[in-house]
Amino acid sequence: MSEPYVLSMQDIQKDYFGNKVLKGVTINARAGEVHALLGENGAGKSTLMNILFGMPVIHSTGGYGGKIMIDGKEVQIKSPKDAMEHGIGMVHQEFMLIPGFTVTENIKLNREILKSNVVSALFGKSMKTLDRKAMNADARQAIDTLGVDINERQGVSGMPVGYMQFIEIAREIDKKNVRLLVFDEPTAVLTESEADTLLAAMRRICEAGIAILFITHRLEEVMAIARDITILRDGEQVAALEAAHTNVMEIAAMMVGREIEAMHSENRDVTKTPEILMEIKDFKVQMPGEQVKGVSLEVHKGEILGLGGLAGQGKIGIANGIMGLYPSTGTVLFKGEALPSSQPEVILKKGIAFVSEDRRGVGLLLDSSIEDNIVISSMHIHKRYIKKYGPVTQKNTGEIRDHANRMIKDLDIRCTGPEQPSRRLSGGNQQKVCIARALTLNPEILFVSEPTRGIDIGAKKLVLDTLIKLNRDHGMTIVMTSSELAELRSICDRIAIVTEGKIEGVLAPNDSDANFGLMMSGDYGKVIEKGEAIR
Amino acid sequence: MTDQNKPLLEDVKTSVIRKPTLNLKQIAFDNIVTIIFVVICFFGLILAKQPAAFVMNELVLRIARNSFLVLSLIIPVLAGMGLNFGIVIGAMAGQIALIAVTHWQITGMKGFLLAALISVPFALLFGWLTGKILNKTKGQEMITSMILGFFAMGLYQFLFLFLIGTLIPMDNPVLVLSGGVGIKNTIDLKDGILYALDGIYKTRFFPALAGFSVITAVFSLFKVFRVRKDEIERVRLPKYLMYTVLSLTGIVFSVVVLNSKSLVAMIKFPVATIFSILMLCAFNLFIVRTKLGQDFRTVGQDMHVAKVSGINVDRVRIISIMISTVLAAWGQLIFLQNIGTLNTYGSHEQVGMFAVASILIGGASVNKATIGQAILGTTLFHLMFIISPFAGKNLFGNAQIGEYFRVFVAYGVIGLSLGLHAWKTQIQAKRKQLGEE
Repeated sequence: MSEPYVLSMQDIQKDYFGNKVLKGVTINARAGEVHALLGENGAGKSTLMNILFGMPVIHSTGGYGGKIMIDGKEVQIKSPKDAMEHGIGMVHQEFMLIPGFTVTENIKLNREILKSNVVSALFGKSMKTLDRKAMNADARQAIDTLGVDINERQGVSGMPVGYMQFIEIAREIDKKNVRLLVFDEPTAVLTESEADTLLAAMRRICEAGIAILFITHRLEEVMAIARDITILRDGEQVAALEAAHTNVMEIAAMMVGREIEAMHSENRDVTKTPEILMEIKDFKVQMPGEQVKGVSLEVHKGEILGLGGLAGQGKIGIANGIMGLYPSTGTVLFKGEALPSSQPEVILKKGIAFVSEDRRGVGLLLDSSIEDNIVISSMHIHKRYIKKYGPVTQKNTGEIRDHANRMIKDLDIRCTGPEQPSRRLSGGNQQKVCIARALTLNPEILFVSEPTRGIDIGAKKLVLDTLIKLNRDHGMTIVMTSSELAELRSICDRIAIVTEGKIEGVLAPNDSDANFGLMMSGDYGKVIEKGEAIR
Repeated sequence: MTDQNKPLLEDVKTSVIRKPTLNLKQIAFDNIVTIIFVVICFFGLILAKQPAAFVMNELVLRIARNSFLVLSLIIPVLAGMGLNFGIVIGAMAGQIALIAVTHWQITGMKGFLLAALISVPFALLFGWLTGKILNKTKGQEMITSMILGFFAMGLYQFLFLFLIGTLIPMDNPVLVLSGGVGIKNTIDLKDGILYALDGIYKTRFFPALAGFSVITAVFSLFKVFRVRKDEIERVRLPKYLMYTVLSLTGIVFSVVVLNSKSLVAMIKFPVATIFSILMLCAFNLFIVRTKLGQDFRTVGQDMHVAKVSGINVDRVRIISIMISTVLAAWGQLIFLQNIGTLNTYGSHEQVGMFAVASILIGGASVNKATIGQAILGTTLFHLMFIISPFAGKNLFGNAQIGEYFRVFVAYGVIGLSLGLHAWKTQIQAKRKQLGEE
């Protein structure tokens, strides 16, 4: 170590109950430089940051392996407070601001400058009054360092998100001992010009001798500002590069690259005579955290269409919006007919079914039996499995039992019987119950969101096999949303990548890693513009 | 990336700094409860056909009697804990102290001050316990504090009906029931602390009002001129303008009354009581400006953010309830020294309900309450209390109907304002969602 690093995390390892999530990661951050940390969702970035900040979740699960050194000295960070005392600051992804307060009050939150008075002499520190003049001056200084024009005495509520991001940063740099700042996806919510201002502000912060750890997925920004780049994939450190000696294409390929296990030998060529089953035009969905900002897409009859992309970019919002679970605008044509927005009942009746990503929340009635879970939608939508006695209706238990048994056999649901409460099933089997319910509706098109989230590898394969079987044997059109690109590439005919609420592009499963990586980071269009050939 | 919906940095500079606007529809919507009440009181006054001097006298008396209790609600609202129905428990602490003082036969001002002192440790203890429980039921503070009040009532009855004379020896035939166990239902304070505070000094109301109005007029005019120039502070301009107009009205009204030679001009008010209320207002204003007050506000606005920035949320919440409980104990003492009889098992019963109704009528809500709202609400609520029996008698020939009406209105108002509050929050959430689109 010739050069003293502000922060040096060496050979960091972490496992959660035997499941290794970090396999020896080393990061060295220099004072006054930006160090970029890249990786897909689940690559281990957040775990690494949790370790750096001494989050309780790390220490309650058995700590971590490796060393953390600050200014060349090994330190133990056991709580977020320790991290703060060592001069490590975090700019949060979600805003930690209080809307009813002024900018100054937010910047100085719980670090107010106080004045003594008569009462405080008697009753102690908490009776001291706030020295607003001094606080405003401090806040002003922090904002000026960032080079943005915000009045420190103004209220925060009603400000655009870009401003809030800067206030959050100002709060961190106002802490006098700060030496390392972590920026967690700071540009995700910013417009392009705001992002530029932010990058400029980051350079100013660096000039003050503070090191920055920059977590992002926008590769262009990394190239523009970072000196060192660390790439993580599946908990492993794939590369530690210098920005000067690499390019966007290489980074993108490194982020994504992995072995693809082809589950079926050939992808059918559905582009030949595509019959359009569903057409989505300029579709926008207000789903918190997964906003869709204008998607146009065609779903062909008989295909498996994949929707991929990073978390929070809006891919999950598409299916939820079509099903009417979140308010949406734009047109969705199903067999040439426009679908209404926000009316799930009508949409279900048209033969569109949905397996939600929120299996335990939206997907299942956890304390009801498997058979009830399977038929409940159909009972409501198609009035099937119901006996009528004049105005009174009763469940047709015999028919329900037969159907449930058939489904359990067809989908290979491992259970003690159709009466078992669905709560007791394993994740994979719960997922199959959700699929069984969707199938009971006899849909023409099936939306499946994150079908393999939180289930083990064996069960994953079974669920994916089930989807392929439905597609091949019954000709069902399937739109599958998944964060796991490898999974999409193994079963889909076409894959649409959703980035920042829009379709970045549609790729074939066997396209190059670099193309997938670029699309997911939103840099595909820019690279094409620059004329850098890809294939 | 070029998102048209979000304002760019350059456009924002002008749009964020809002000019003070007068949107009458919005103002009416925000203050609908208060407006309804003003209308009710107006028609009630016409129907009651009572002399102005009588109504004014009663009103001044009742404001002096009740304001302290209503003001004790403000700090928990600030700390995001809603309207503290638990002030009933504070009132009980006050009554425990009062019974002790009456037993020891310490009278007058001395007795009152001693009772105030004794009530503090009780109220602090009760407040601490209340706060502990409310911290376990975050988000349901109001219903919890209400039920806690009922529960505490049971303990209180156990103490005074059963423990006195058995476990706690008390040989006092005036207070204790003839069987030797339990405190009597009503305790006469005539030879105790009756008018301990009210009786110190009384003077004519309207000259004092005129004087007070002059001071506020000068202050608010000064504020108007200072705030007018500052681009940020300008949002407060309507508020200070309103204060100016109100205080000027106060001056004119006082002068007119004083020159009219009517009986109204002769109304007196208890100076010490009103002074203690003003001191409480000053205390509230002071606490907002302290570190503790800033913590109250932070916790009240966003518990999560407060926690992340290192504030001990639970502790701050407990402190706010403790302060409120102590203030309620004192408020109950002020109330009782004016009433003159302690209804051992009933005086505290409706303290919470009436105080909450008062502050809601003043335009407060679950997450916002000001001194002005507390005073205005107390005025309107008690104006209705004074006139409704007469209005009922004149309208239906039965004063009982008016009595019934005012209890009905007290509960109705709480229901209405809480319902309206929930509705407003929903509308705001919807607007926000649409606004983002």
